[in-house]
Amino acid sequence: MTDFAIGLNGICKRFGAVQANRDVSMNIAKGSIHGIIGENGAGKSTLMSILYGYYQADSGSITVDGREVRIRNSQEAIRLGIGMVHQHFMLVDNFTVLENIVLGAEGGLLLKQGLAKAREHLQALNRDYSLEVDPDAIVGELGVGLQQRVEILKALYRGADVLILDEPTAVLTPQEADHLFCILRALREQGKTVILITHKLREVMDITDAVSVMRAGTVVGNVRTADVDKEKLADLMVGRKVTLKVDKAEREPGAAVLDVRQLCLTDARGVKLLDDLNFQVRAGEIVGIAGVSGNGQSELLEVLAGMLEPTSGEIRYQGADLLQEKSSQPRAALYRKKGIAHVPEDRSREGLVKSFPMFENAILGYHDDKSVSKGGLYSRQALLARTRDFIRQFDIRPDNAQLRVGLLSGGNQQKVVLAREIHANPELLLIGQPTRGVDIGAIEFIHKRLVELRDAGKAILLVSVELEEILALSDRILVMAGGQISGEVAARDADTISLGLLMGGHKH
Amino acid sequence: MPRWAQLTVLPALNLLAALLVTGFVTWMIGEDPWECLQLLVSGAFGSGEGIGYTLFYTTGFIFTGLAVATAFHAGLFNIGGEGQAYLAGLGVTLVVLAFDHTLPPIVLVPLCILAAMGFGAAWAFIPGWLQARRGSHIVVTTIMFNFIAYSLMLYLIGHHLIEAGSQNPTTREFGQASWIPAIHQVAAGMGISLPSTPLNLTFVMALLACGLFYLLVWHSRWGFQLRTVGVNESAARYAGINVSKTIILAMCVSGALSGFAAINELLGSTHRMNVSFTNGVGFVGIAVALMGRNHPVGIILSALLFGGLTQGGLELSFEKPVITREMIIFIQGLIILFCGALENLFEPFIAGLFKRKEDK
Ligand SMILES: Nc1ncnc2c1ncn2[C@@H]1O[C@H](COP(=O)(O)OP(=O)(O)OP(=O)(O)O)[C@@H](O)[C@H]1O
Ligand SMILES: [Mg+2]
Repeated sequence: MTDFAIGLNGICKRFGAVQANRDVSMNIAKGSIHGIIGENGAGKSTLMSILYGYYQADSGSITVDGREVRIRNSQEAIRLGIGMVHQHFMLVDNFTVLENIVLGAEGGLLLKQGLAKAREHLQALNRDYSLEVDPDAIVGELGVGLQQRVEILKALYRGADVLILDEPTAVLTPQEADHLFCILRALREQGKTVILITHKLREVMDITDAVSVMRAGTVVGNVRTADVDKEKLADLMVGRKVTLKVDKAEREPGAAVLDVRQLCLTDARGVKLLDDLNFQVRAGEIVGIAGVSGNGQSELLEVLAGMLEPTSGEIRYQGADLLQEKSSQPRAALYRKKGIAHVPEDRSREGLVKSFPMFENAILGYHDDKSVSKGGLYSRQALLARTRDFIRQFDIRPDNAQLRVGLLSGGNQQKVVLAREIHANPELLLIGQPTRGVDIGAIEFIHKRLVELRDAGKAILLVSVELEEILALSDRILVMAGGQISGEVAARDADTISLGLLMGGHKH
Repeated sequence: MPRWAQLTVLPALNLLAALLVTGFVTWMIGEDPWECLQLLVSGAFGSGEGIGYTLFYTTGFIFTGLAVATAFHAGLFNIGGEGQAYLAGLGVTLVVLAFDHTLPPIVLVPLCILAAMGFGAAWAFIPGWLQARRGSHIVVTTIMFNFIAYSLMLYLIGHHLIEAGSQNPTTREFGQASWIPAIHQVAAGMGISLPSTPLNLTFVMALLACGLFYLLVWHSRWGFQLRTVGVNESAARYAGINVSKTIILAMCVSGALSGFAAINELLGSTHRMNVSFTNGVGFVGIAVALMGRNHPVGIILSALLFGGLTQGGLELSFEKPVITREMIIFIQGLIILFCGALENLFEPFIAGLFKRKEDK
């Protein structure tokens, strides 16, 4: 008989009208990596929040090492050896790694003693799990991948035996994800238990020992990974066949919609973030930008969307240089009115106002639209109608236009942004990480919509760290490294390996 | 917990808690708390005259409450309502002193209102500009601007605007053309007799302003931009909203609203300006907005509470010499403490009760 590290029995949790968890039961074997998958809004994060003490279950029970427990807050969870790596890291940017890790667990009256002890402990953990984190680095200067490892260290430092990771790879490059999986395997070898939420079936197949599949708040399957394959899992998850291939006909692109010339951006410290970029995006074409994140892709999108002022260069859009336009309104507003839509990489910080209801987020950036307002006042009817349209088209759940967006699950938040920007029917769509945190059913749908837009003769500039996504969608692929374009490949000649080489060659 | 309960049960409990503490202190200084409470309430609401005065004070508090709320929705904490009302008074006075014998009321009063709004807005514009363009923190600058306003007015009234030959630092009496009709006069015109109080038509403007505020903040394009800037500046930039313009404009609107407190006082009641005419109206506005959760309905209710407290407190201090004006300020402080700073004191407990009821 296996020992169970965690047992969840009949967990129910309701938020108003939404039953987020309905009689959820699962057992998680000690020393295993246990995957949880399911559509957006299936209740995965809610379940983990209950386990970590953020929420109280309405009914049901939790056992830790076979003993029934009550977890009223996260301190109690930590005491029971449960650790959580948050998707939005809870770190103090201008502290060092070491200071971040002891924060809240300083141990002893004098900080210095505590720090010295912590340092030893940290080095040991670092060694055991090959985390490769420098204790004296300033957290704000680390990339996402390293920050995530700091979060893992923090949990381990507090004595976690069970580690919960909620969509950890959503923000990672494939290389970073591989490293993370090495760490997770090392943890398993040392007898730790890992709970991994992810939308990527490949990861589930690669690393987990068992999987729980959730749908609409319930568990629809607890299976051993060895007994299933990707298709079977996808089937269980959405209840229908999902094609992971995008149907895309060859198509001759039209005239250049966007023509970028000698574009440069230098930051305050003199670092070249964008270094002499030259490329075009033509009508009816999807141009993908591949690259390890942090090589200028985010800045490029922001410059093209009018949120950042480039240092020099030209941005020709439909023949005219946007940078020469004089206007009293902010550039972002001007560009948008000219038909440039933008799905930002960081949806929760930029693309949405979390405390606003869905129907207000539906017009963010398009709040000057004459079609939703009369004499400066919005027509609530028109806003709601538009939002219901989005909800129907993109299958946003729950289907309540009045709900605050912050209460939607991560994937459903992303759908709100996408629906809004695609609805604007832009001539040029700038899109960063379109399917980050989105379930496979929705990915299929979003990819289809993007190809439709392309077939309607629109230009799309796609930035994604998912090479497979870039490969599936793009007609042409540009590789960015160190703020420069280090290579261009036609999509039909590209594969993950050749792209990986291009990306790596110039990696800094 | 349902929203209606959040908006009714919690404030009521907080108010009760504040009153209990006050009662205890009253008892400590040897007075009968129950009797004092009765005096306070009947002083504020027990007679037509009391109600008139209460609503008169309420008027000013509504305006300064709305002023604080406007800035708050843009993510700004405008502490400067007092100074803005003060400067607005200067604007009114300058216009009146120049024109009260030449212009008819129908022109003069609107002109005064414009001057009040303009001067209030201008005094708020500077901190707004400094915040938006130079990053100087609005809390610090508006506090400083209160001091500057006070010193400036002291100087101006003492040296330039003072009534010739007067010993008191006040201006001459304003000409009747500038007086805003009192409610009892208006009522008398319609054949209704009301006791004579300073309550005037500015009160009607306050109610209209509340309606306008609601439409503007929650239903207009400008309000949308205002609230977006207030809660998420990155999203505002993404949406192409001009953040600094929004901040500056929000402060100007805030200052203009504070200006109406001066209208209420100067044109509605005293008909002359003295050095202390604002009398804390801007500061009470902070409490009113806080307690009213920056919503016009809440602001009306909390302004009424503070208006009643001011009026009832004055009556109480006539009756009971040991209960001084300071004591009333102490009560106001307690209410702010319980309703503002400790607003969630009882929430877990009450939420628990509601949950148990739902489960059944
Ligand atoms: N605090 C809350 N108030 C109201 N509804 C909520 C709250 N938290 C979650 N929900 C709702 O509960 C449901 C489950 O959300 P949850 O975040 O657990 O989904 P998820 O499986 O993690 O989805 P995703 O894959 O998109 O992250 C969603 O419909 C969500 O809108
Ligand atoms: Mg989630």
